[in-house]
Amino acid sequence: MRVGLFITCVNDTLYPRTGRAVVRLLERLGCEVDFPLAQTCCGQMHWNTGYGPRIEPMVRRFADTFAGYDAVVTPSGSCGAMIRDNHPRAAARAQDPTLAADVAAVVPKVYDLTEFIVDVLGVTDVGAYFPHKVAYHPTCHSQRLMKLGDRPTALLREVRGLELLGLPGEQECCGFGGTFAVKNPDVSTAMGADKVRHAAGTGAEVLCAADNSCLMHIGGLMDRQRTGMRVLHLAEILASTEKEPA
Amino acid sequence: MSSREVILNRVRRALTDVPRDEVFPVPRDYARAHVVEGVLELFAEHLRDYRAVVHEVAESELADAIAEAVVRRGARRVVTPAGLPPAWTAGLAAATCVPDGWVYGPIDDLSDDPTNNRPKPAAPHLTIAELDAADGVLTGAAVGIAETGTIVLDAGPGQGRRALTLVPDWHLCVVRAEHVVASVPQALERLVPGRPLTWISGPSATSDIELDRVEGVHGPRTLEVLIVRRPPVV
Amino acid sequence: MSKAVPPTGATFVGMPPFPRAARDAVGDAQLRHNLRKATHTIRDKRAVVVDELADWAELRAAGAAIKDRTLRRLDEHLLAVEAAVTSAGGTVHWAADAAEANRIVADLVRATGETEVVKVKSMVTQEIGLNEALAAEGIRAYETDLAELIVQLGEDLPSHILVPAIHRNRAEIREIFVREMGEWGVPAPAGLTDEPAALAEAARRHLRERFLSAKVAVSGANFVVAETGTLVVVESEGNGRMCLTLPETLISVVGIEKVVPTWADLEVFLQLLPRSSTGERMNPYTSMWTGVTPGDGPQDFHLVLLDNGRTDVLADRTGRQALRCIRCSACLNVCPVYERTGGHAYGSVYPGPIGAILVPQLGGVATGKVDAQTASLPYASSLCGACYEVCPVAIDIPEVLVHLREQVVEGGGHRAEKAAMRAAEWVLDDPGRLRRVQRLAARSRKLIPKRAPGPGAAWTDSRSIPAVPAESFRDWWVRERSGPADTAQAGVRPTGSAPAAAVVEARESEGEGR
Repeated sequence: MRVGLFITCVNDTLYPRTGRAVVRLLERLGCEVDFPLAQTCCGQMHWNTGYGPRIEPMVRRFADTFAGYDAVVTPSGSCGAMIRDNHPRAAARAQDPTLAADVAAVVPKVYDLTEFIVDVLGVTDVGAYFPHKVAYHPTCHSQRLMKLGDRPTALLREVRGLELLGLPGEQECCGFGGTFAVKNPDVSTAMGADKVRHAAGTGAEVLCAADNSCLMHIGGLMDRQRTGMRVLHLAEILASTEKEPA
Repeated sequence: MSSREVILNRVRRALTDVPRDEVFPVPRDYARAHVVEGVLELFAEHLRDYRAVVHEVAESELADAIAEAVVRRGARRVVTPAGLPPAWTAGLAAATCVPDGWVYGPIDDLSDDPTNNRPKPAAPHLTIAELDAADGVLTGAAVGIAETGTIVLDAGPGQGRRALTLVPDWHLCVVRAEHVVASVPQALERLVPGRPLTWISGPSATSDIELDRVEGVHGPRTLEVLIVRRPPVV
Repeated sequence: MSKAVPPTGATFVGMPPFPRAARDAVGDAQLRHNLRKATHTIRDKRAVVVDELADWAELRAAGAAIKDRTLRRLDEHLLAVEAAVTSAGGTVHWAADAAEANRIVADLVRATGETEVVKVKSMVTQEIGLNEALAAEGIRAYETDLAELIVQLGEDLPSHILVPAIHRNRAEIREIFVREMGEWGVPAPAGLTDEPAALAEAARRHLRERFLSAKVAVSGANFVVAETGTLVVVESEGNGRMCLTLPETLISVVGIEKVVPTWADLEVFLQLLPRSSTGERMNPYTSMWTGVTPGDGPQDFHLVLLDNGRTDVLADRTGRQALRCIRCSACLNVCPVYERTGGHAYGSVYPGPIGAILVPQLGGVATGKVDAQTASLPYASSLCGACYEVCPVAIDIPEVLVHLREQVVEGGGHRAEKAAMRAAEWVLDDPGRLRRVQRLAARSRKLIPKRAPGPGAAWTDSRSIPAVPAESFRDWWVRERSGPADTAQAGVRPTGSAPAAAVVEARESEGEGR
């Protein structure tokens, strides 16, 4: 199984730890992981902010870059959803049949990391060790667009030493929302503050999610509020072992 | 150009992408009903859920049940629409009944044939003040819906004008078991669109204060329902 | 709170753009508390009654399809409505915009010789500013829905589609009743408490005589059945029945999108609407009437069919799904933004997610006609998707929001943002450039301030910036896993402006712009 890793521009630039964790995890599970360097960005920020007509080159780049793989795995629910839901729309809008065909060919091979592990590899126990109290935040696009369901928690439950704590109001948005976070900072912060309050109330040491962009927002608030909690991408927990703890 | 033409032209211009011979499919694979068994029990349960007072009686007990309800309520003047079966009021003093003469269609016609059902506007009418002075109203019903706990009045015999069940503060409604269906789709099949219809689910209520339901605003604040059981099969 | 400002179109005059209005709302602790309590109550109730129906998804699909099918033949259905209502003894009027609708209603009221009307709660008459237009003609309109009454007595603005006074708690409502009822008619009873039942009783007493003596009523409608000419009003309190039954004249103002083709179509919407709206299996009262019934109800019935921007919405192939809306307000109740700001921040009659897609479209965002306040509405969402999930007619609100953002961008302005987006495109169009930017950031990461100046403050006022790592993932991969010929080795054909050579070159020439 040749897996192309779509790391996403945010992870590439700000969260290389997550990327390294994904590589370590997938290789541990027997995958041949490749990171095609031609990749850049899925175009989500442009699309969601009203610059959809401009992302055609990014859509083209993604389809070309990942054409040769058995599976394309990404550790971001929102980027995965962007590709799955909106790359076909962007291609249709470009009125380029070749592009539409290329996109249609690559989209079914795109998986969120947890989807890939549970559905394709058929594994829920990834051999991880993480002796901490953890709460899981199902980010909006992970749950509503990628429809990850209980895959992330199924994986977390098998992690040795991990105590999974329920997060009240877990389905509620954290308030990140891409450029929403800066266009409507007060509402965004109010939503995030409630998320932080819920998370802190669980007594967990770590809040994890399948999307670092939401965690950037939540973690930024936690840091300012000095909650003592930290945020961690799910992949880093799943990659964690006694030898190489997260 | 009239506004009628302006709007219709705007609509047509807005729909230039829609082929005029398009057949747009509507998936109708939803359930016709969600329950089959225990329809009558569910009807009673859902009426009670929304604070209706419910009694189940046999046909032979109906007149007594009505009389008892009137006494219990302390009602001295009860509006009775035209076409109410005389047996229903057999246990009431004549002075208690305040008749309203209007009926939608001939009293003995229950065929629901819209061409045959013509209102009789000349019939004697109670005034709004007379309705307001009454203590309650006694009616039948066209349809009961179990899944939603709803009673539908269609202005037919024994139901009367819409105002009759609106102005008095107490509505005593007789629903026969054979008129109770399971679901909204089944109810609509039985109803005739041209008639004035009132769907009633519990007493008047509001959720306008903190989105919590409280009963009793402008419509009758008490809804009392007598469900008449089917006669046992001999 | 705010003094009522007559709407023009669907928006309130003089409201600041959403982010500014939202800041005040978010800072209002009482408002936050009221909204949180109310929205969570109704959310839970809705979930329970929706879960009762195993075929909810099928009902939802049918509801969406019926609406779409109707809209795609709307001209034919409107003509059918006209024919059916007319043959049942009603009179049909057509109003191209708000001013024309208001003119028609005012003339009809004046023809009766009356100077007062009672009103059933109706979104569309708020949208057209009917009460204010009637007042200008010397006609007083009395709102009879409890929440509308609270808004009218309090000289407030509505903040929710279903419960316009959702921002008020019981104590505030009591205070308004005690203070204002006497000015309008029957005063609040002495010793009125803030028990909801007592408040409802006070409303009953206040309006009772008005109902019993009213000669003219104005309503909207939830549905109009084209094949029969039947109008449907769904309500709870009985104020609707009072207005629809007791007066001599009834004027119903109805948006052209309210049509459903057949009687049987109601079987879908009468299941979807109450459960989505008040979280009940069925609302207490639903009235259905067809033209005029001799001897029962108003003997003079007028239907005013209103466009007022709806055909502009219909012309937008992505945006037209907003016309499916049955005004249940489930999207408001689940919206995390609405929960924190309330409805006033949206500055329009239709708040919340549906308002954010409906108001700009009704106002003409596609043609660049809207003001800054209206243009801010499509951005009043984190695109979390909770609204789409609960919408009983499956309006993909996030999809339309994004679509409208594009129209706002096309409409001009946003210069700084456009420049930033173009810069981002330039970087993201080429992995080499991306890598150079990453390295530049890594080298200067110690210089990044904790609190950013300018636009960056919108982030750093409340949130820390993540630490920029010393090495991007890309650089780590190249260092650890591959040599300079990495792209070729990966078996991926070089694309666009990013040939493998550019990547290699980028490693040597980092920091140098092209």
